[in-house]
Amino acid sequence: MVSSRPVHASLLLAETSSSPGASHLGAKLIEALLPASAAGIIELLSPVPPGWGGTLLLGLLHSIEIAVGATCVGLLIGTCGAYGKLYGGPVVRDLLAVYTTVVRAVPELVLILLLYYAGTDLINQLLTAMGYQRIDISGLAAGIAVLGFVQGAYSTEVIRGAILAIPQGQIEAARAYGMSPGLLLRRITLPAMLPFAIPGLANLWLIATKDTALLAVVGFFELALATRQAAGVTKAYFTFYVAAGALYLMLSLFSNLILGRIEAWSRRGMPSIKEAR
Amino acid sequence: MASATAPALKHTAQDGAAEAIHVENLHKKFGQLHVLKGVSLSARDGEVIAIIGGSGSGKSTLLRCINCLENPTSGIIRVNGEEIKLKADSHGHTVPADRRQIERIRSKLGMVFQNFNLWSHMTLIENVIEVPVHVLGVKRDEAIAQAEKLLARVGLAEKRDVYPAYLSGGQQQRAAIARALAINPRVMLFDEPTSALDPELVGEVLKVIGDLAREGRTMVLVTHEMKFAREVATHVVYLYNGLVEEEGPPEQIFGAPKSERLKQFIRNIG
Repeated sequence: MVSSRPVHASLLLAETSSSPGASHLGAKLIEALLPASAAGIIELLSPVPPGWGGTLLLGLLHSIEIAVGATCVGLLIGTCGAYGKLYGGPVVRDLLAVYTTVVRAVPELVLILLLYYAGTDLINQLLTAMGYQRIDISGLAAGIAVLGFVQGAYSTEVIRGAILAIPQGQIEAARAYGMSPGLLLRRITLPAMLPFAIPGLANLWLIATKDTALLAVVGFFELALATRQAAGVTKAYFTFYVAAGALYLMLSLFSNLILGRIEAWSRRGMPSIKEAR
Repeated sequence: MASATAPALKHTAQDGAAEAIHVENLHKKFGQLHVLKGVSLSARDGEVIAIIGGSGSGKSTLLRCINCLENPTSGIIRVNGEEIKLKADSHGHTVPADRRQIERIRSKLGMVFQNFNLWSHMTLIENVIEVPVHVLGVKRDEAIAQAEKLLARVGLAEKRDVYPAYLSGGQQQRAAIARALAINPRVMLFDEPTSALDPELVGEVLKVIGDLAREGRTMVLVTHEMKFAREVATHVVYLYNGLVEEEGPPEQIFGAPKSERLKQFIRNIG
């Protein structure tokens, strides 16, 4: 019993192909791909069980949580790190140089395995040594901490470069009017460096959204792991991995929209360079 | 100086006026380079001190030492009768000993820079209210009302919501003067305010500064505009190679200079 669709397709192929052998192969290929018909795909991806769409969306939500958390931690570390590298004493500068060098030199997967397993173990050993109970560190907190630590190293360099790009006269004017260092950072340095930092930080955010997939190796339930589970159970690998890819793509497109707005806002005092071509 | 019948062109300081700025035996070294070699300077309330001199004479450095944008190597600086406390740091550099003191003193000195240095992410009105609101603690609506008056005064009332990058150099410098006035400064410091401007824009800025001088603002002005210095200054200081070569009232400095170097300087400039 052959469904009408593959036959129709093979006829179409036969019309365009001169070789009968090739058309036969094409028909086989389409036959292999199409059993999961449109109705079947919708059923598989349905957000309510027995569909796996809900699982994927929950995974996406966890991925976004991790990415947002890690980016926030990374921005905090990055701002402090850039300030330390630019204005800190020799000891602070050396420590930060070690941090950014090591983190940027070691593959993220290795760092994640190292920090996740060794990090949680270290914390528990310290706790037991101090006479406290061992604690169960949540995957979310550990994931944010680990990815945030990695993001911080890259952010440090992006923000350091952006601060160096600020016309120094603007910083000097703020000092000349009696601004304290904290006020200067908040009112002048951060907003003035933003237009120079946004392109680099936008890159880091997009990398963070995808680095969340690395946390699948330590068993954190995010989009990549959710996809693997769904595909493993249903054997519909192609469907689920394409669906996951589409979700990552949608996240990136949505991010671009928001980041474009932020960049336009941060450049509000700067004339467009389009006229200067 | 001003006769009883004619209106005073220049506001002259009263003899008993308080000393707003007092600099004594100031030295400044950048590494091996000895830029200031013991300069003294005094500005009483209402005085307009013009500092003139050739390139590299140390005149900008002297001005920048007054509010510790450059830390002097040694010497005494008193602003408003309060001496700036200095100490040596671990590298042997002289730095302000008390950050809060230097911040307080700076917020009484309205500095105007050669390159304007307006904050590019703020509109003109935001630039002008920034220090009153965030450093001096003035209420926002009061600061805005005052800033609008100041912008109107420098002829930029309708530019209040424009960002600095969209304005000419002359407009930016006038806005920078409004920003300095907004802190109600005890002394205005001008660091070559017209040197970065196109010649046709110099006049509009000098007019604003001249008006301030005539209303009796205390000012210390580093300038290359000799005609202007002669017009508005009550006292002119000629620096040569890190030392005060000659100083006195403008009529004497420009009319009857004693020092050979000053004579030559005026010939070259004029």
